[in-house]
Amino acid sequence: MKSNPEIETVSGFEGGNVISIRDLYKSFGDLHVLRGVNLEVEKGQNVVVLGRSGTGKSVLIKIISGLLKPDRGSVKVLGQEVGDLDEKELRELRKRIGFSFQNSALYDSMTVRENLEFPLVRNVSNLSRKEINSSVEEVLESVGLLSAINQSPAELSGGQRKRIGIARTLIMNPEIMLYDEPTAGLDPTTCIEINQLINEVKEKYNTSSILITHDLTCAKMTGDRLAMLLDGKFVQQGTFEEVFSSDDERIKSFYDYNFTENQV
Amino acid sequence: MGHQHVHDENATRKICLSIASPKGLAHYFIANTNRNDQPKSLPNIRMSSSSKGTFISKNIDAVLLDFYEGWTFIVKFFRELFRGRPEFQEIIKQCYQIGYKSLPLISLTGFITGMVFTKQSRPSLMEFGATSWLPSLVSIAIVRALAPLITSLISAGRVGSSIGAELGSMRVTEQIDAMEVSAVNPFKFLVVTRVIATTISIPILSFYCAFVGLMGSFLDVTLNEETNIIAFFKSAFEQITFLDINSALIKALAYGFTIGMVGCYKGYNASNGTQGVGRAANSAVVLSMFLIFIEEVAIVQVTNWFR
Ligand SMILES: Nc1ncnc2c1ncn2[C@@H]1O[C@H](COP(=O)(O)OP(=O)(O)O)[C@@H](O)[C@H]1O
Ligand SMILES: [Mg+2]
Repeated sequence: MKSNPEIETVSGFEGGNVISIRDLYKSFGDLHVLRGVNLEVEKGQNVVVLGRSGTGKSVLIKIISGLLKPDRGSVKVLGQEVGDLDEKELRELRKRIGFSFQNSALYDSMTVRENLEFPLVRNVSNLSRKEINSSVEEVLESVGLLSAINQSPAELSGGQRKRIGIARTLIMNPEIMLYDEPTAGLDPTTCIEINQLINEVKEKYNTSSILITHDLTCAKMTGDRLAMLLDGKFVQQGTFEEVFSSDDERIKSFYDYNFTENQV
Repeated sequence: MGHQHVHDENATRKICLSIASPKGLAHYFIANTNRNDQPKSLPNIRMSSSSKGTFISKNIDAVLLDFYEGWTFIVKFFRELFRGRPEFQEIIKQCYQIGYKSLPLISLTGFITGMVFTKQSRPSLMEFGATSWLPSLVSIAIVRALAPLITSLISAGRVGSSIGAELGSMRVTEQIDAMEVSAVNPFKFLVVTRVIATTISIPILSFYCAFVGLMGSFLDVTLNEETNIIAFFKSAFEQITFLDINSALIKALAYGFTIGMVGCYKGYNASNGTQGVGRAANSAVVLSMFLIFIEEVAIVQVTNWFR
């Protein structure tokens, strides 16, 4: 995929993409966070969104999942305009999207098992106890944490919480995964394990995903395509090499910062 | 924050316009209460106080806005109450948390109150040689006024703050968002269940508190005058009417609903990280106690019309 540094939107304008964002604006009061965002995610693609903290990366995926409303612009997910959906349609759409939160957002009054069952029993009716148990065990198996099934979230390490958070979304067999800084706050080895998990999920569950990070190792390992968010827009999209061969000073400094200080 | 000032001026102008016409006010509310879009509009209005005049009008507006948001929260509660599958398991769990776990504290407070109230009333009645009225006097005080009030004030502290803190921390750690994106309705699972649980538990606790209070009173009466438990309760209930029981029930229902609603409202709408959790818990207690006193006065007033 070729990309020109000055063009903000690349690839797949012809539709059929799982996520298609055009000219998206979002501000909070006088804080203009997103100013004309364009982004396309093709089926089966892992798109990494890079950017410094506070640039609106989380806001972007919250808009995609309907948690926040855009001020202006079009957000199409699986062919549906998110802003036009009523409550019920939005709920149906959300069953097809997995959202992994930055701080995992596990329900801390519940055990791991209950965390995983929670979306399942409320969204799929008439499941037998046996079917529920086998789904729970299956996803725990795929994130490699079957042994934690009866533990409570407070007893888990940061990396384990991330895995459980991902498992909780996988239990609904999502078509799209949205990862918000999956490796933030983890040690380098755990980071790599999580990156491998993300790649495994893509293979096994056939997901397309948007992955937010400011960790370039993660971007390199998991991204089919990178998009750099700067000042409310995507200034550069393409493969890892394409993005970081850019002459843009801001992108260069982002790269240097990451590889000298080894992430924050 | 230089630019915020501009925003505020615009807001003020809008508010002044809106107060001028009631229809405009409604529009302003509707435009500003979309939770997702503008959760921050309220503090903005409150913060600046460039001149006294706008400060006051802003405060009035903020109070009205609070009322409106509270009202929409209540309306949402009734809409969700009758929609979809009820979360029985969670309701029972909450009843256990709210009701059963409050028993020791309510027992202690109720018992002591009944006993002390009896002790304190005895000298006055003795002057008239009317200590035989003690049971009915105490029971009127306890059933009509003390039991519902004590129970609900204790619960406002114990239950209101814990609901506020729990939902507040779920909000700031994005657990509520996580429910929403997993296609589960967090309002129904968290708010509806807790409000139902407080509305059921607090009347039960309140009657239990009355009973324990009467036992405390009985203990003091047997130690000082000659009586047995049957005679005591017989004379205690002589003066208690159906209206008293009813009004006590209505009070307790109202207080239970208030405690659940306020705790959930404050917690569900918490913001600003850990600080917001503490604030949610704290303001849940203060606001629900305040509302309980107002309701107390109103219900007593209405009950007295029927006497
Ligand atoms: N609900 C909100 N209300 C007000 N401001 C918000 C809200 N959500 C995010 N912001 C602001 O938007 C900016 C971008 O936030 P975010 O998307 O979380 O950044 P990041 O790129 O680090 O994920 C931040 O300055 C943040 O303060
Ligand atoms: Mg973020």
